[in-house]
Amino acid sequence: MSRRVEVLVGTKKGAFILESDPARREWKLRGPFCQNWPTHDFIRAADGTLYAGGGNNWYGPSVWRSTDNGDTWTQSSAGMTYGDGEDAEKITTIWKLADAGSNGTVYAGVEPAGLFRSDDHGETWSHVAGLRDHPSRPEWTPGNGGLCLHSIVTHPTDPDRMWVAASAVGTFETADGGKSWETRTKGVRADFYPGPAPEFGQCVHKLRLHPDEPEWLYQQNHCGVYRSDDGGRQWTEITPGLPSEFGFPMVIHPHDPKTIFVIPHSGPSDGRHMIDGQAAVWRSRDRGDSWQRLDRGLPQHGAYISTLREAMAIDSLDQPGVYFGTSTGQVFGSADEGDTWTLMADYLPPIWSVEAAVVDG
Amino acid sequence: MATVHLPRSLVTLFTDPPPRHLQLPSTSLSGLVEAGPRLREHINVFVDGERQRELTTPLGDASVVHVIPAVAGG
Repeated sequence: MSRRVEVLVGTKKGAFILESDPARREWKLRGPFCQNWPTHDFIRAADGTLYAGGGNNWYGPSVWRSTDNGDTWTQSSAGMTYGDGEDAEKITTIWKLADAGSNGTVYAGVEPAGLFRSDDHGETWSHVAGLRDHPSRPEWTPGNGGLCLHSIVTHPTDPDRMWVAASAVGTFETADGGKSWETRTKGVRADFYPGPAPEFGQCVHKLRLHPDEPEWLYQQNHCGVYRSDDGGRQWTEITPGLPSEFGFPMVIHPHDPKTIFVIPHSGPSDGRHMIDGQAAVWRSRDRGDSWQRLDRGLPQHGAYISTLREAMAIDSLDQPGVYFGTSTGQVFGSADEGDTWTLMADYLPPIWSVEAAVVDG
Repeated sequence: MATVHLPRSLVTLFTDPPPRHLQLPSTSLSGLVEAGPRLREHINVFVDGERQRELTTPLGDASVVHVIPAVAGG
């Protein structure tokens, strides 16, 4: 049985896979897959199915699936609609896919913000309507990237419990399988609003949870980095020590829920790129009490590149590899938890998502 | 049965035989139809040489239908 590591890359012009052995030194590029469709997220589910989700100006949203490692694909958006009628909002694209177990349950986060669920491996979808029934919905307004539901976090053992996050709406939790939702924004700044922080409207960029500590949520927000100890009911800011409060992606170490990685960017009016043209990833090993800058092997001159919210990943090997992709088509990777980095791929289309998978056999 | 010409990009989206009318059930050809229901903005349909926007446009046995996505993108 051979083991390989995959870095799954969703781009503006299709899905790609970078493959290597566990040494993670040489990478082979496969793709583009999914007929070059704009791909916002590309994952490998626990049962081995590949799912790629995105949207297309002509044909709308769609989820592509492959059960043979990408050799052949089918696609469907059946049921992915807010209904018909004069006022019905049309779904433009899928932003996030989340595997909820090997029985074929997959969630999709879409734009305009909403949540869909499939129980048949993405063949058909149904709207988890409780979220858009939240009383705050008439006041949801989009962030710079659109009104997108970009984070879906499932509880590791309770299938009725999950969290979602949308820009610029905030974080919500359900404990009843999606029928009802509550905001989870207390303690998170929304400095673009006058007055004290509102109950919703925070611009979450990425929400993460570690299965070993399911009450420990983390988020990278427009206005800082935060952690929670109680499932998001209260957030504590952990930005001090970082060069910027603004950034997009965030990942957690698979074997250590106290270790997190972010990529601070210059501020929203200052370009939203690597600060001063020097690429760096920052790591904390103590839940954000302190941070270390990691830049060995990353470009330090003239690198005005950006990494979008879904474009960072960490694999599950004993010493995990960390990966990020840029909106200018570069993929950088580290095989030593971020201590050193190499350029894995260049000249790809603008990268919207990076995910990692370890595949046996 | 009407003859329907599809661009290559649409061939993989078609799972059902060509429709009798442009009216489409919600679960098929979802790539062409959006909430309304109505034809998606960048999809052009010509029936016997005339552009049609209404999904209820009837098709005869000798009708020739061209589905042509707009030239758009980047």
